Amino acid sequence: MTRPLRLLTLATLLGCATLAMAQGKVYVSSEKDNKLYVFDAKGERLAAIDVCKRPRHMMFNASRSQLYVCCGDSNQLGVVDTASGKMTGTVPLGDSPEIFDLSPDGKTVYVSIEDENVMAAYDLASKKPVFEVKTGGEPEGVLVTPDGKFAYVTSEVANVVHVIDLGQKKVIKNIKVGKRPRRFVLAAGGAELWVSNELDATVSVVDTRDHSVKGTVKFAVKGLREADITPVGMALSPDGKTLWVGLGKANHVAEVDVATRAVGRQVLVGKRAWGLTVHPDGQTLYVTNGLSDDMTLVDTVGAKAVKTVAVGRVPHSVIVAP
Amino acid sequence: MRKAMLLALASLFGAPSAVQAAAVKLTLAVVSLAEDPRYAPRRLERAYPGHPQGRAVQGVRLALEDAAFELDAAGIELVLREVVLPDAAALPKALADLKAAKVQHLVADLPLAELNQLVQSAPAALGGAMVFNTGLDDDSLRAQGCAAHLLHTLPSRHMASDALAQYLAARNWRKVLLLQGPEPGDRLMGESFTRAARRYGLKTVQSKPFKLTGDPRERDLANTRLLTGEREHEVVAVMDADGEFARALPYATQWPRPVVGASGLVASAWHAQWERNGGPQLSRRFQKLAQRPMRSHDWSAWVAGRAVAAVLVDDPKAPLAQQLKKLRGGSVFIDGFKGPRLSFRAWDGQLRQPVFLSHIDGVAGVAPLDGVLHPRDVLDTLGVDEAETACRQRP
Repeated sequence: MTRPLRLLTLATLLGCATLAMAQGKVYVSSEKDNKLYVFDAKGERLAAIDVCKRPRHMMFNASRSQLYVCCGDSNQLGVVDTASGKMTGTVPLGDSPEIFDLSPDGKTVYVSIEDENVMAAYDLASKKPVFEVKTGGEPEGVLVTPDGKFAYVTSEVANVVHVIDLGQKKVIKNIKVGKRPRRFVLAAGGAELWVSNELDATVSVVDTRDHSVKGTVKFAVKGLREADITPVGMALSPDGKTLWVGLGKANHVAEVDVATRAVGRQVLVGKRAWGLTVHPDGQTLYVTNGLSDDMTLVDTVGAKAVKTVAVGRVPHSVIVAP
Repeated sequence: MRKAMLLALASLFGAPSAVQAAAVKLTLAVVSLAEDPRYAPRRLERAYPGHPQGRAVQGVRLALEDAAFELDAAGIELVLREVVLPDAAALPKALADLKAAKVQHLVADLPLAELNQLVQSAPAALGGAMVFNTGLDDDSLRAQGCAAHLLHTLPSRHMASDALAQYLAARNWRKVLLLQGPEPGDRLMGESFTRAARRYGLKTVQSKPFKLTGDPRERDLANTRLLTGEREHEVVAVMDADGEFARALPYATQWPRPVVGASGLVASAWHAQWERNGGPQLSRRFQKLAQRPMRSHDWSAWVAGRAVAAVLVDDPKAPLAQQLKKLRGGSVFIDGFKGPRLSFRAWDGQLRQPVFLSHIDGVAGVAPLDGVLHPRDVLDTLGVDEAETACRQRP
């Protein structure tokens, strides 16, 4: 009786200890509150920032002085000054923008425009569209290669990953992946592109040299059927060895060893766990739960949910500045 | 060196266009009837729940647009052919034309008699056929009237009834006043509801016939307050396959009781206000294409197009018989924008799918409801399960 209790206390203490040491700010976009909620690394709420309508994906600029947020209902990219915690400007985007990525020089933003079936490029300085490339239905995930020459875009409807040559401004290859592909992570030092497939309970591993699918990671959760496992958000540990995958409707996150592609521990979080990010110190994984309107902080060492905090209506993405 | 590598890369990327050049061209035909009474202008104006608001061709067209990229990547070009029959007698000639164009995939946007005629004659006329029923919820088509090459994308009436019964049971609104219409369609609806009520433990505290009439001698059959005067029930379930009587019922009952079935809370395959699983995007694309909101029949037409695309992409070289086996074997999945991936039931060719419980303004719930269990697939709690099926035709 005492032993498990003591262990539990120890675990809680340890969990708290790791959290207590963590520094930085956590930003969560709330789709229905039109706000970003700001937390400290331990999950204490610090502030709320009013932004454009239906904020979803977020990224920092290189110095983290600014945060960009894509607003799906007002068709804007909001620019938030992180020091003052205010939205200072917007860039007009196409109809229903969702996910984006920045060019390596930080000057261009590449956005999936869901309702126009294009990936559009915008110049951040002039706030003007530069070009667009036609994609399959409902483009979603966008990832620009570190050399800035190519972009990968998922099409949720066409079940492919488009390889876009940003110089030629056209799709040069379609990679057939699983059903309803959503997001990307570049892993193994850029040699592998990991793609989450919402309706296959899988993540596809694409070889970035020849664009072949060289592996598939399948998820299974005890007591749940395959159809209830809907992977979307993913986050890589700072050492690049571990990928955390949000299993959506299965209400779990799963750990995957990048080298062996073996699925490791699973952690129960909130409802529809789709937004993930790992703190740069590698200790804490933040998971936004879209249907329970909260965020779970997971201790990555012990693979335990440490605490869950309320974050406003329909949290989409989460990012951390150390 | 670097340049050479880029060049090599470029030629690698060039490869798929060669594949695209050799694209296999296939045709999906949507067969409908010029004078189909369901699409008469005055009928469409009524827009009763559960009735189509336009022809299936619009949903199918959207599906082919949606799937174009995926098909293209698989080296397939799938084109749409609209066949509007002047009357049922024109079917053999139309099938001969389709045969000449090597068409084997059909969406039947037809009334029951014409659909049966098409299902019976298509395989011989076309040298094999795959027919989708996207507009009729008749359970008979999924039972003794089924066929190995017939697939259904609209939820069957039993699926709709089960969805509604699950919702009522989950709310614990178990005492039902059943208002029964006189038409054959009303009777089928009533029988289906009674079956579902038994399955989910609802109690019909009273069943009353209704009639559309202004005759004062029949006012106890037509007056909504007289029909709903007993206090004991918790919900009023109205069995009106047409919809005119049911429309007059919500907020017009004697006691404050919700109306379900043919008006009020209805089971539906789609609702334009469904806001999860990419629903708004699909509804918006349809609105753009058809200039009207997407409804259940549009969704079922769209998902039939998606099913054809999915099976073609799954194995572009599979002959038709094998495509049917794949679809009816449940090994090909379709993203229906309703959450889980969807597949067809092996035993009767019905697409298993979540069913919305919706009202005019939105979606109140989704069946299967939380807590409903099934040994294999919880979606199979809706409609006719393998052990109960009367269909004996499998590919």
